[in-house]
Amino acid sequence: MPEAMASPTIKHWLVSKLLMGQSWRSYLKSLLTPFNIIAGIILAVGLPLTFIRFTQGIGAVSNLSNANPWGFWIGVDVLSGVALAAGGFTTGTAFYLFGLKKYQPVVRPAVLTGFLGYFFVVVGLCFDLGRPWRLPYPMLVSYGVTSVMFLVGWHVALYLTVQFIEFSPAIFEWLGLRKVRNWVVKLTIGATVFGAILSTLHQSALGALFLIAPTKLHPLWYSPFLPIFFFISAIAGGMTMVIFESMLSHRIFSRQVSPAQHLQLQEITLGLGKGASAVLFTYFCLKWIGVAHSYSWEWLNTPLGHWFLLEVFGFVLAPCLFLFWASRRNSVGLVRLGAIWAILGVILNRVNVSMIAFNWNQTDRYVPRWSEIAITITIITVGILTFRFMVNRMPVLYHHPAFLGDKNH
Amino acid sequence: MGNINRRTFLKFSVIAATLGAAPSAKSQENFSGWPERYGMLTDTTLCIGLNCRKCEEACKKVNNLSRKNLNLSDNSVFEHKRRTDPENYTVVNRFPNPNKPETPYYVKKQCMHCDEPACASACLVKAFKKTPEGPVIYNKDVCIGCRYCMVACPFGIPSYDYFDAYTPQVRKCTMCYDRIQQGKIPACAEICPQEAITFGKRKDLIALARERIRSHPERYHPHIFGEEEAGGTSWLYLTGLDSVQLGFPNALAKTAYPELTRGFLSAVPLVLTIWPVLLVGLYKFSQSRQVKESPESTQNSVEESHAGSNGKPDN
Ligand code: SF4
Ligand code: SF4
Repeated sequence: MPEAMASPTIKHWLVSKLLMGQSWRSYLKSLLTPFNIIAGIILAVGLPLTFIRFTQGIGAVSNLSNANPWGFWIGVDVLSGVALAAGGFTTGTAFYLFGLKKYQPVVRPAVLTGFLGYFFVVVGLCFDLGRPWRLPYPMLVSYGVTSVMFLVGWHVALYLTVQFIEFSPAIFEWLGLRKVRNWVVKLTIGATVFGAILSTLHQSALGALFLIAPTKLHPLWYSPFLPIFFFISAIAGGMTMVIFESMLSHRIFSRQVSPAQHLQLQEITLGLGKGASAVLFTYFCLKWIGVAHSYSWEWLNTPLGHWFLLEVFGFVLAPCLFLFWASRRNSVGLVRLGAIWAILGVILNRVNVSMIAFNWNQTDRYVPRWSEIAITITIITVGILTFRFMVNRMPVLYHHPAFLGDKNH
Repeated sequence: MGNINRRTFLKFSVIAATLGAAPSAKSQENFSGWPERYGMLTDTTLCIGLNCRKCEEACKKVNNLSRKNLNLSDNSVFEHKRRTDPENYTVVNRFPNPNKPETPYYVKKQCMHCDEPACASACLVKAFKKTPEGPVIYNKDVCIGCRYCMVACPFGIPSYDYFDAYTPQVRKCTMCYDRIQQGKIPACAEICPQEAITFGKRKDLIALARERIRSHPERYHPHIFGEEEAGGTSWLYLTGLDSVQLGFPNALAKTAYPELTRGFLSAVPLVLTIWPVLLVGLYKFSQSRQVKESPESTQNSVEESHAGSNGKPDN
């Protein structure tokens, strides 16, 4: 980078970094795509709702109530979001710590998805918290050390930092800052170890949050093993999410990936599919150990019991077997289908624990309002737009040509 | 390749120890409560409910709650079960009496002021505090509004200002903590024309309740609700029926609620110390294996293909 930043240089820098070398006009023109138009419509609904939320209160846009303090935002944005963002930690651990080198091409995109996933979980949380501007309070002002939520808060904050460190080499390559890049890369192994520890703890802590509500959560879902259930299913969710996300980005950003990389991704997809199938099987068995442990067999033949069976057979065992079969047949397409199935299963579990099986014996039940769902969709859309913005500019899917010789960790 | 040496390794352990110290549960095992704490005893067999609800009115007065929707002679409120909310820190509900249908039971509901409150153990900023005097009080100045306390409370008591965008608070009965400190008694106990609510030292109230059960066995269900439920509460109830028939939570265990998460929290330091060892060990192992397998740098194994970085974006 030049020493003295004269204004033409800045302009040149902005054009090359932000507009990717195009003029404003052609850049704006290139934005007129069907996807962007849909995204625009979503934002046109979501932004006014956001305004209402932050000027008239949570009640103005949601069905949350005194009887049902947690709803769609916690169940989907936070619980499912964190579970599915576990891909960053699982692939990072597999590649850097277990030495499974073939996963290298998906590490950066997975870490970016993980980082953005967590970032937008926090954004979603800001809609749900009564006073979101007090988010740093548990770190700075008052320490509720007996609370599982305290642990979640700290760990998500720390983990966000760790994931930023893990991803930042890509940012520095984009900006051409070799020195900083090579310095931060040295932190990778440490960050991965620390990230794995933090993930183990906060993924399971999200399940542990519900340990305090034995009379409110249905006996088939309430279990002292909740922390383990959440942790294991998050690993499956993270792996299948990497399959799903890499499929999308190889399709959308096909210009950035070579045919050789496409082949490589097929290998990776099959490997991840096999792995996810094994994890799902473990999870399936654990779920039954949970039922046996709390002697809740008698609940199985009730309406909610059938719903439980649907979750455990239809959305854990079925995708597990499907993924196994598909990866044995070397069918990448079917593995991807199985991955989507498993992802839906993880979301279903989080929705069940936080909404459907929660307060199951109460008369005042919660049903989300359309505006809650619309806000969630808005947040996801902004997340995807951010992902695209970064992948278009930073070396996420490909190696930066100028940094081929540099160490990666 | 990153070289994890002993020093870095030690650093991990230090971080682990610091992190572990924070979330580990405070040791309050076998805490049986402040001995001189106060309590309240509601004798539901004395409450008349109909055309009364004076306790609701008094509560609103001392807590400056809106009295807009309060009409004491409107008995239609008993047709539905009500819960506590930001405008009503206490509500009286009606329950049928199977033994004597013409005299139903009226049950006043409010915060139980648990001895080891679920809400307090759940709060990540310590907004709730069990005072030595007995009341469980709330500090609006630190609350971030996560509403985990509401998820945690087994009695479904705390409520939230959902329509306040800037200064929402968790709302619940304070057992008139301010008044107790001024030497007065809680407003509901003071106003109750039936003397259905008694304020006093918790241990005296338990003795009083036992005495009433002993002298009128036909009148009372032989159990003091709150003596042991959820680890014991400051607010106690005498009832004519089993508590479940009067809207109290079903299957409430005697264990104090903080117990439920203590096991998990005490496993945290364990993970924090064992995981780093395990993971770094794995890393070392995989490193040594790779060196054996392919002596040259692993980087070559990676297909180094790439497309132009400054190409057109994919929008
Ligand atoms: S009844 Fe609920 S709000 Fe009141 S002290 Fe107990 S846990 Fe807290
Ligand atoms: S809502 Fe407030 S008082 Fe309740 S747990 Fe959260 S921070 Fe604590």
